[in-house]
Parts: sequence; structure tokens; C-alpha cells
Amino acid sequence: MKAFLILEDGTVFEGTHIGVQKEVVSEIVFNTSMAGYLEVLTDPSYAGQAVCMTYPLIGNYGICREDMESLRAWPDAFLVRELSRVPSNFRSDCSIQEFLEENDVPGIAGIDTRALTRILREKGTMNGMITTNQDYDLTGILPVLKAYTTGNVVERVTCREKYVVKPAESLAENGPLSGAARFDRKAYESGAREIRPSLVRELNGTGLRVALMDFGAKKNIARSLAERGCEVTVFPAFTPAEEVIAMGPDGIMLSNGPGDPKECTAIIEEIKKLCATDIPVFAICLGHQLTALAHGCDTHKLKYGHRGGNHPVKDLADGRVYISSQNHGYVVDTDGLDPKVAVPAFINVNDGTNEGLSYTGKKIFTVQYHPEACPGPQDSRYLFDRFIDMMKGENCNA
Amino acid sequence: MPKNPNVKRVLVIGSGPIVIGQAAEFDYAGTQACRSLKEEGVEVILVNSNPATIMTDKDIADKVYIEPLTVKILEQIIEQEKPDSILPTLGGQAGLNLGMELEESGFLKAHGVTLLGTTAATIRNAEGRQEFKDLMERIGEPCAASLVVENVRDGVEFAGRIGYPVVLRPAYTLGGSGGGIASNQAELEEILENGLRLSRVGQVLVERCIAGWKEIEYEVMRDSAGNCITVCNMENIDPVGVHTGDSIVVAPSQTLSDKEYQMLRTSALNIIDELKITGGCNVQFALHPTSFEYCVIEVNPRVSRSSALASKATGYPIAKVAAKIALGYTLDEIKNAVTGKTYASFEPALDYCVVKIPRLPFDKFLTAKRTLTTQMKATGEVMSICDNFEGALMKAIRSLEQHVESLLSYDFSALSAEELKNRLKVVDDQRIWVIAEAVRKGVSYEEINEITKIDIWFIDKIAVLVEMEQALKTQELTPALLREAKRLEFPDNCIAGLTGRTEAEIKQLRQENGIRAVYRMVDTCAAEFEASTPYYYSVYGGENEDGQDVTVECPGRVAESGEARRKKVLVLGSGPIRIGQGIEFDYCSVHATWAFSKAGYETIIVNNNPETVSTDFDIADKLYFEPLTAEDVEAVVNRENPDGAVVQFGGQTAIKLTESLMKMGVPIWGTKAEDVDAAEDRELFDRILEQTGIPRAAGGTVYTAEEAKRVANTLGYPVLVRPSYVLGGQGMQIAISDREIEEFMEIINRIAQDHPILVDKYLQGKEIEVDAVCDGTEILIPGIMEHIERTGVHSGDSISVYPAHTIGRLVKEKIVEYTRRLALALHVKGLINIQFIAIGEDVYVIEVNPRSSRTVPYISKVTGIPIVDLAAGVIMGKTISELGYKPGLQPEAEYYAIKMPVFSFEKIRGAEISLGPEMKSTGECLGVAKTFNEALYKAFLGAGVNLPKYKNLIMTVKDADKGEAVEIGRRFERLGYTIYATRSTAAALNEAGVKARKVNKISQESPTIMDLILGHKIDLVIDTPTQGRDKSRDGFLIRRTSIETGVNVITAMDTARALVSSLENKESDGKLSLVDIASL
Repeated sequence: MKAFLILEDGTVFEGTHIGVQKEVVSEIVFNTSMAGYLEVLTDPSYAGQAVCMTYPLIGNYGICREDMESLRAWPDAFLVRELSRVPSNFRSDCSIQEFLEENDVPGIAGIDTRALTRILREKGTMNGMITTNQDYDLTGILPVLKAYTTGNVVERVTCREKYVVKPAESLAENGPLSGAARFDRKAYESGAREIRPSLVRELNGTGLRVALMDFGAKKNIARSLAERGCEVTVFPAFTPAEEVIAMGPDGIMLSNGPGDPKECTAIIEEIKKLCATDIPVFAICLGHQLTALAHGCDTHKLKYGHRGGNHPVKDLADGRVYISSQNHGYVVDTDGLDPKVAVPAFINVNDGTNEGLSYTGKKIFTVQYHPEACPGPQDSRYLFDRFIDMMKGENCNA
Repeated sequence: MPKNPNVKRVLVIGSGPIVIGQAAEFDYAGTQACRSLKEEGVEVILVNSNPATIMTDKDIADKVYIEPLTVKILEQIIEQEKPDSILPTLGGQAGLNLGMELEESGFLKAHGVTLLGTTAATIRNAEGRQEFKDLMERIGEPCAASLVVENVRDGVEFAGRIGYPVVLRPAYTLGGSGGGIASNQAELEEILENGLRLSRVGQVLVERCIAGWKEIEYEVMRDSAGNCITVCNMENIDPVGVHTGDSIVVAPSQTLSDKEYQMLRTSALNIIDELKITGGCNVQFALHPTSFEYCVIEVNPRVSRSSALASKATGYPIAKVAAKIALGYTLDEIKNAVTGKTYASFEPALDYCVVKIPRLPFDKFLTAKRTLTTQMKATGEVMSICDNFEGALMKAIRSLEQHVESLLSYDFSALSAEELKNRLKVVDDQRIWVIAEAVRKGVSYEEINEITKIDIWFIDKIAVLVEMEQALKTQELTPALLREAKRLEFPDNCIAGLTGRTEAEIKQLRQENGIRAVYRMVDTCAAEFEASTPYYYSVYGGENEDGQDVTVECPGRVAESGEARRKKVLVLGSGPIRIGQGIEFDYCSVHATWAFSKAGYETIIVNNNPETVSTDFDIADKLYFEPLTAEDVEAVVNRENPDGAVVQFGGQTAIKLTESLMKMGVPIWGTKAEDVDAAEDRELFDRILEQTGIPRAAGGTVYTAEEAKRVANTLGYPVLVRPSYVLGGQGMQIAISDREIEEFMEIINRIAQDHPILVDKYLQGKEIEVDAVCDGTEILIPGIMEHIERTGVHSGDSISVYPAHTIGRLVKEKIVEYTRRLALALHVKGLINIQFIAIGEDVYVIEVNPRSSRTVPYISKVTGIPIVDLAAGVIMGKTISELGYKPGLQPEAEYYAIKMPVFSFEKIRGAEISLGPEMKSTGECLGVAKTFNEALYKAFLGAGVNLPKYKNLIMTVKDADKGEAVEIGRRFERLGYTIYATRSTAAALNEAGVKARKVNKISQESPTIMDLILGHKIDLVIDTPTQGRDKSRDGFLIRRTSIETGVNVITAMDTARALVSSLENKESDGKLSLVDIASL
């Protein structure tokens, strides 16, 4: 069946309909990751957006449910050049088409995704509509598209009740999901096929309790801490600071999440209180932006955001460059940042925008990008170890 | 970290002659690196024995030594040039090994020379089998259970413990030479013994067989600060078991989830970080198809064929960045040349799919085994880019130029489903065609996967193409169906064949419906950032990039008032490297492009070979990475509307497109198409020879074996049989009987011939070759080249001597005069190559090619006359005099330059190695010196003939050669060689007073000639096969065994004589003179 993507600037792309059949209006963004479409689909930060993958062949390895970063798909729509008809992977549970249907996500395939990306790059992120209605009326639709805004997205994606993620008690518990294989000679020689791989080399977080504020957290944030031995309590976004502090955590983790950070006024107030304690704080993405706002900084929207797995960030402490996983449309303004409050700790090598802050005299450090990866490079996983060191009161750069 | 200020003079080691496993990619990498070093103000001293390369040009390096790549010579160069540093990681395995030897001997330290880039310790850790395994174990990266052995006994014992099959990998060899999979002890013993001998350090890894696992590669970069990135990953469609150089490869990986992708990426980064690589590195993994288990197969701590492919696939200039890293820069300090906005410290994001297919030489070696193993056999490769996999595959298939254009091109339709399943067990270059037929016959994906281990995703993609064939055959050709077929890159002629229409009808239907190719940019970033690289590929569906229609202005060039638009010239490349059409034609294409650019033209290159300099995006103003077929070129022409095209620089690939270009209305600049035809068309050419009064061997044109026999009998045997319009003498044979004529005609006619077959009287004499430039009235001959081997050996396989030293003044004058007459009669504008036979004072023409030839780079370099630039100048309308040269034969140089062919016979099991009219060499090297004999010695040395070790040689020659054998044998005897000979040769030698020990033939009782060869005490075998095609199983076996045991084999008496001359004159102190080509 034919489907159409109508952009607010009047551009129309014709393609084929995928996923469920429904009309949807959303903010159109693009992601340049070449693999990891399932992690993208299940990243709550995409709530309120429709995602276009720039890599043209999507769905090749089907859906491996254990790779989901949350319980469901969040984007309003999914835009691809070509959707694979045959999923091929030993873990695949179903095809991507089945997954989209199951998650009520509509989409469009067969469009010139490169042309779309160029439009978004030139004109900036804009709203669009996906419809299967061939008799669409541009004059009626365009004003609607221009006026469209999404709101209260954090409220949609956060957990309803707090829950606990149990810590790993041995390295062997860390399943293959966390990444690089670890060669176990004994298992290997005994002929075991499933080597227990893990990125984590030691349980350095054993005994530590972390409070994770869920603004739309990807699963791998809690998992990254738990597999290092931390016990992670996940709190709904709007939990009062007092309740979190009352738990007596060794550290507080502020998660990623969707939307305009400035809309989260209530949460910012709670973060102010959390930061007033001397509990170490580590924040990612939306958490990073909210912490900055809580300290009087400003944020602004990027023209077309950073979404992909190839952005270089520089750790200003030692000049090292890491390739990072990114997904953000907003960025913290560091013009006029008072060094007595915070100093830039990371910058984006490509455009020089801020990628992280270190708060002066406080045990708080925040990053704009995603050390939990999934999808994307795992190069920044050392930040979780840095956080653990901070919680243990050990010397660290933050 | 800024540039290291201590690096001012760098010695760069090239990779030497093109052999299988080490091809043009190192010219590309070396050229890019040298330019990058010069950009930084560093003086570059280059050494490479290969004269066909662009890197050995004086505008690429400051000092150029085209000398044999041996430790001794490098030491001499270092002593003479006093570089402060040496860069060995750009010259492939050959360059790396030399750098290591210099370092290990302490020579570098003693001379204050720093090894740039990756350190020697790192190279040892990466390349030494045991060191590497220990290191992997230390950082917890898995390797397949394995053991490094130095003798066969240990190998057998270990294999018995881990179980067969086992893989064998010799340490420090090229392209996996001597490696293989052994399924039992007998096979193990055979392969292991060979591998131990080929390994530079006498070590072979015996390893658990992981055949059938997914083979995944990562190209990684690391700088001295420890920053690491992966440029791209690649998935081999052929699972582990086929050398990656022989595999169909796709980039990025298609069947890996992010978890697997990142797992292997992180592993690659861990490895490169632990190894402390500074520069580029390639990591190969085997990934279990149904678990997360993986093994690190191998690490190449240098730029490689895969990195050339990754560079072209992503637009990320790996060699250039590696060179900058070697100078001390960090990745975040190096600008991304593609976007001009971002830095080298990022990872390319692709929004397309790249397919590479190897170019295998089985069309040259009909007797060779087509099976693909861990021993690389491909001579070259093609790459294609498309936004869907099927399209990329289809484009790559037709880029091969092997008479294949779709999955129907090899016909397996006669096989039943059961037979196909059996056929699928054979791993060879036709496997995807067999899979396609199996899909047609209804064999399930699972069954195909079970047999081939090829991922189901790829099988499904083949099925998509098969379904489209079916749809085109059975359905009405609607615009929608045609659009979809074109999206999948079905060429028009293929659609025409399937729908029963003509190609013209299909084209018209496309035009009526606006179905056309559009061009996208390779920009490293999936359109996230604006890019200015003029590097394009085509897709169907979608739109052209904006702004692409605007002519790219030449940077730094100020338009003069009233100046018209820059003229556009289309330069057609030469496609994949194959025997007979090698890197030389890339040299010509690139130089022509530069010459046109310099003259203010806008240059456009179309080519599909990822290994070459011409497909680097900063060579021409625009690069189109496309198949070189009429339809694909026409799409580029429609878009670019060039003012003219030059076809004379791109070998037969480009020449073949002449007619099509003219039909498209593109003027051919330079020699006209009808004149090219006149040189190839027997009747037209005979008329020209008659008019110009030039003699040639008598002959005739035929189509059938009957006609051929008639002509042959009129001429009298022996005769030369060959198809017209071929390169490298493909299908050319000397026939001595009717029976042979029948046989050769059958082989030639297996491939449909549009053109007649030529049968000529075979003349034996000295073979002379000239390349010349003609401006329409005058000619310029830089020099006359003489072949050491008599006629009958293909010119590309002959040792070529400049200046011609055994022919007299009269013969030279005749050659110059004939060249002039022919060039003028053929209205040549640009280059012409002519081969002559000189018999006494008589000169006959053998062949005329009004285009660039294999010898162009060689003769340009050794005479210092840039004939490609001159040819381009002439094409642009200048005369030779206006270009600053005096017409005629140029004065002879005061030194000898000898070009030696280099073969890759040991890589291709079952290939006949005896030389004949069909070309077999893969590359060449050069020896330059004041005296003929020293030049000859250097040329042999460069080709790897380094004698003596044991002073033992075997002679077995045909009767006609017995006289010469005596003379040559005597000279070897005088040098102290012990001569072994077969019965009749021994008799002839002994009779003439040359002591020869008689050895038994293979069929006789032991010890036979085979035992002798296998005993590893023989330096050289001189074996001349009987006239025509040697049918003797014995001779074939002797030659093959010798090659496979690393014994030098010579199959022509002239070559043997040259070798003994060079040995007689080998200077006792071993010091050779050095010649800086750049100063000539």
C-alpha cells in the first residue's frame, strides 16, 4: 500500500506503508547508526519523534527481544529506505514488520532517505505526517504540521513504580548482551558453545546502592551498574527528592529521556535538592541537561541534533577522543558558564558543542552522550567505573 | 600532539612487483601516503622495484629508487641518503618484512634511523604467531586452539589432539601463501611441509578449523595518544575457509546485530590498543553463526588490501591518515578531507551498501583448480556501491568483465536440484551462480545454508534477483516492474533478453517513464554534514544531490576574463587488475587525468577498481565509481555531458567502449575509433601495411576450425592462433598440427566471438617493442626495447631491455621509420605501441596497438620522458615540438634498464607455468645499472631469483634446445654448479664435455627427478617444453612441483642464458650501484 511522508515545508515523499496502518504527525529526526535499529526503536528518548534511519537496509537481523532497551517501541513512526523481508540471526524472535505492528508503530519504506536527511540537515528538524491517504490536502495539513508540538513526554515514558535491579554476584552472571566476549579457557576446552562474555572485568561496585531517576532510562544504564555489582533502585521521574535521599543511596544516576529539558520544571526543582546533598551524581543526556538547568545554565535546540553511533567526543581532562553513541536534540549552553559552578569536561570534536560538565567542588559529573551505548560504541563505558570510584570516595577526575 | 619536528627525511618502502596477494592497493596506499608526507614538508625517499607504479614517479617522491627490495640494497640506500626515519607499514607484507629485518639486525639504530608508525615490538606481537596468541590470551581475546610448529612431527601430534580438520597458516607470508585446510594426516603433512618452507621464519600455525563461521573484518586506526576508531567493518559472504581476498565482501556487515557488531568492534579496539599500533590496522574475526563465540583470526599491523577497500567504501583516506599519524599527529588534529568540516577522529557512517568481488585468473589458467581456499588466488577486484545489496551485487558482477552480467550468466540449468546440492559443496568462483540456480530449482534457503554456510540473508537477496528474472520473463513489463528491475540494477540488455525485447526498446521505455540513474555522493557521514567530495555512485529511485549540476571550479584557479566554461574530459579507467591488464593502465589513466587538469580541463574518471590510485577521490575533479559498461557510462555521460572522452589510456576495457561512446555523441579525443579498428581488423591492417610497405608474417582470418586448418596448412606449421580484440594474448597459442588447431579453436570459441580469429605464420626472431607518441605529423620514440626471449613468448612475460643492445643501426632505423609510417597511416593522435620481429636485418610487424601499453610507465621512467603527458598534450592539440620535445627517436640513455616479469604461479594450483604467447605474469620489476649484466642481475634479484644457495640445477630440455643447453650448461658448470639432467639432455651435455648427472624420469625407479626437487637441494630447473602445448604429464608435474617447492623454474633458453650471464657478472662484494630515477 502506498504511503506518504509530508513535511511541514511542503515536501512530499511517496513510499510504501510499513508497520501498522495509521496516520501520524510527529517531529522527524534521523539516526545514522548502521546497526541497532531495535535499540533505537526501544529508546524512550525517541518518544514524540519519528525516526528515519539513514542506513538503507533495516531489519536484516530481525528482532532479538533481549536487546530491547525498554519494554516497547517509542517512536511515533519509523522511516526506512528498505525493510528486510527475511530476518536472519540466530537470536531473532520475529521480523521487524511484526514488531512494528505489535507495537502500534506506523511507518514508511521505499523513500529516498538520503534526500530526506539532506532536507533535515539544511532546514533543521521539522514536523511531518505519515499517511496512507492518497487524497491528502496539503493546504489543510501544513498549518497543522507547523503548529504541532509534543509535550509531557517524560511523563509518558517513566516507570510508574520504583523497582530494584539486582546486582551481579559474579562476573559469570553477565550475559552476552553486555558485549565483548571474554575468553574462558576452561569452558572453551570443555566444549561449551556459549562463552560468557562481558565488558566488565571486575565487580568494583559490589555493595554500592544507586538510585536511578528514570526520565526514560534505557535498560542498559541500570544493567551497566548492576553488572559491576551495584544494586540499582529505579525511581519514577517525579519522585520527590526527599524520598530518594531517604533511601540513603551511595550515588544518584540521572537518566536519559525525551523532549525539551526546559519543560521539565518540576523535575529540575527536585534535581536541585538532590544536588544539594553530597551524594555523588552521574547524569546522562536529559539528566545532564536538567542538572545544568538546575545550576542556572541554559539549553538550546540544535538545528538537527546528534543521533548516531559515530560522534567523537573529547575528554578534556586528558585529551583522549572517544567515539560515542548519541541521541539528543538539545544541548547545554556553555557560553558564560561560571567556572565556579561547572566546567566543560567533554566536547564534541565535530561541532565543538558541549558533551559533558564537571561540577566544581562537587561530586557531580554529567555527559550529553550515552556511555551505556546500545546501540553504538562501548568506548565510554569507563564512565560507569569513574562513577563507582566517585561513590567509593576514590580519587577520580570528576 | 603536533607533528614530530625531528622527522624531515623519510624512507618509504614500497611493495615491489604485483603478485597475487600484493597488488595495486599498495601503490594506492603508498602514493597517498607519500603525497601526504610531502604536504607536511617532509622529504620522501622512495624505494620500490616496481616501475609500473605511480608512487615511483618523481612528482610523488623526492628521490626514487627502483631497485630490488632486499635488505642489502635498503642498507645501501640508507647509507647514501641518510634518512632520519623509515616508514615500512605502507608497502604491504614485503615492506613490513624488510623494515623488520633492518630493525632486528640493529642497522637502523646504528644509523640513527627511527622506525615510524607502529614499532617493531608491535609488529612482532601482531605477526609472530606465538607472540600474538600469548598477547590475546593476556587481554582475554579468544583465538582458535592452535599451536605454532616448526616441524611436521609436532604438527601431526597437535592435530591429532585437537582433531581434524585443521587450518595451517605459515607466519610472515603474503596472501596466505602455503596455507590450507587439512582434513587428514596425509594432507597435513603435505601442506605443512610446504608452509614451513615458505615462512620467512620457518613457522606454521596449526589451528582448530573454524571453517563455516562468519568472517568479519574491522579496519581500525589508532594514534600515538591512544585514540582509536574503526573506519568500517566488512562481512565476507563466503564464510571462513575462503581467503578474504577471494571472498565476496560486503560493507558494512549486514547480518550482525548491534550486539555482535559492537562486541567485535570493542574487541578490535582492545587488540589495537594492546598492540599499541600507531596507524592503520586490520583485524579479522570468525564469528560463530549461532552464538556469541568468536575468534580473532589475524591482525595486519599495516595498511592492506582490506584497508584500500575500506577507504574506497567509506571515503576515509586510511593511508593518508596513517602517514599523518606516523608524523606524530593525533586523529583529532587531522581534518576529514571529505567534509572539510569534521576530523579524522570519527567513524564513517554509510548510507549505502558496498560489494567487492574478486577477479580470479581462471580464464588464464584453464588447467588450474577453480576451488577457493585460504590461499588467495585473485589478481584483482571490483567494487560497487548501491543503496541496496542486490543492486550492488549486480553492478559488481558486470564490473568483472568476465562475460557475466547477471545471475544467469553461468548456465547450470542442466543440473537437477540434487546435482545442484552436490555442486554447492564445491567452493569456487561460480558459487553464487550455483546458488541462484538452486533457488530456481526450489532448493530451500535452509538447505543451501546448510551446505554453503552462507547466511540466509544473502541467499534471500539472490532469491530476490531470481524472482525478478522470473517476473521479467512472465509478467507484462509495466513501468513499475521496469523501475523495480532497474532499482535492482538489472542492465537493459539483460531485461531485454528476459522480456524478449531489444535493448533499445528497454531504453526507450525507461526514457518515456523517467527511469534514470541518479547520483549520490560518498560523504563519510550519511548526509549528516555537508560534503564537497566529488565522489559519486548511481542508484535508481530518488533524486540527484543538489548542486551537483554546478561545475566544480578548479580550486585556486582564477577565471580569466571572457574565459569559457572549462572543457570536460571523460577518462575511462581500466577496471579490475587481471593478468594482461594491470596497474600500468591505471598509471596511464592517472597521468592523463593530471595532464588534462593541469591544462585547465575538468576531469571525470569512471572506474570500478578499489585498489587503484585513479579511484582516489582527489585525483580527478569528479570520480564516478561505476561499472565500465556502455549503459553505465552512458548514464554518466547523460549527467556530465563531457566535451570529449579519452579511451587510449584505460587498456582494452576503455577501448571496447569507444563505439558506444561515439553512438552517445561523445567525441573520442585522440586516435579515432575507425583507426583503432584498422589496427585490429586484419584486412584493413593488411591494406595499411601494403600501402606503407611494411612486411609482416603471412596469415589469414578465420571463424571455424576448418578454415583455420586450411590457412595453417597453406602457411605451414608452426602458426600462431589468436582471437582479435583481446588483451595479454588471451587465448593465443602456437600450433604445430591440425590437432592442436582443433583444440585451440574449441577453447577460443567457448566464448562467443564477435570478431574473427587470426592465424599467422609463426616467425622466430628477436622481438622488439616501441611505444611512441604521434601528433599527426611527427612521432616521438622515447626508446627502443628489446626482448631477451625470442618471439613466441608473450611480450608481457619477456625480459625487456632498454636500450635495445643487440640490434644494429639499420634495424633501429627501420623500426623508427616503420613506426612513423604506421602512426601516420593510422592517424594516431597520442600513444601507439608496436611490436616487431627482427630476423637479421629484416624487420616485421607483429602487432600494433594504437593506445597506451604495459611498457609505458617503464619506458617513461627510464628515459625521463613523460609520454602519457605528451600524449595528453597532443590530444589537446599541441605538437610534439610545442610540448618542448624534438621529434624522432630520443638519444639512448647511458645505462641499462631491464624489466623482468614476475609470476604468481605458486598461488594457483594446477596452473601451467611454461611461457608462451599467452601472458601469465602478474607483475614486473626493474633493474637499472650502468652495465647490462648488473642491470640484469638486479632485475632477477628484484623478481626474487636470488642464487645460489646449493649450486645444484636440473636441466631437461627439448631436442631443439640441446645445442644451447650445452653452452648454458657449460657456463653454469664454470660457476661451480652441479648439473642434473634427464636422460637425453644428460647424454647431450656429457657428449659435449659438460658433466651432467643423469636422473630418472618420474615413472622410473627412485631416486627420480621428483625426489631431487622435493629434497630441497635444487636452486634451479631449466625445463623447455616441446613446441606448442606441452602434453607431457611429466613436464607439467616437474614444473608444478618445482614452483610449489620454491625452486626457480625457467622455461625458455633465452631466459636461462640471461640468468647465467647475470650470475657470471655478479660482483663479488655484492655492492650494487644505485640509481635515483627522479634525477634522470
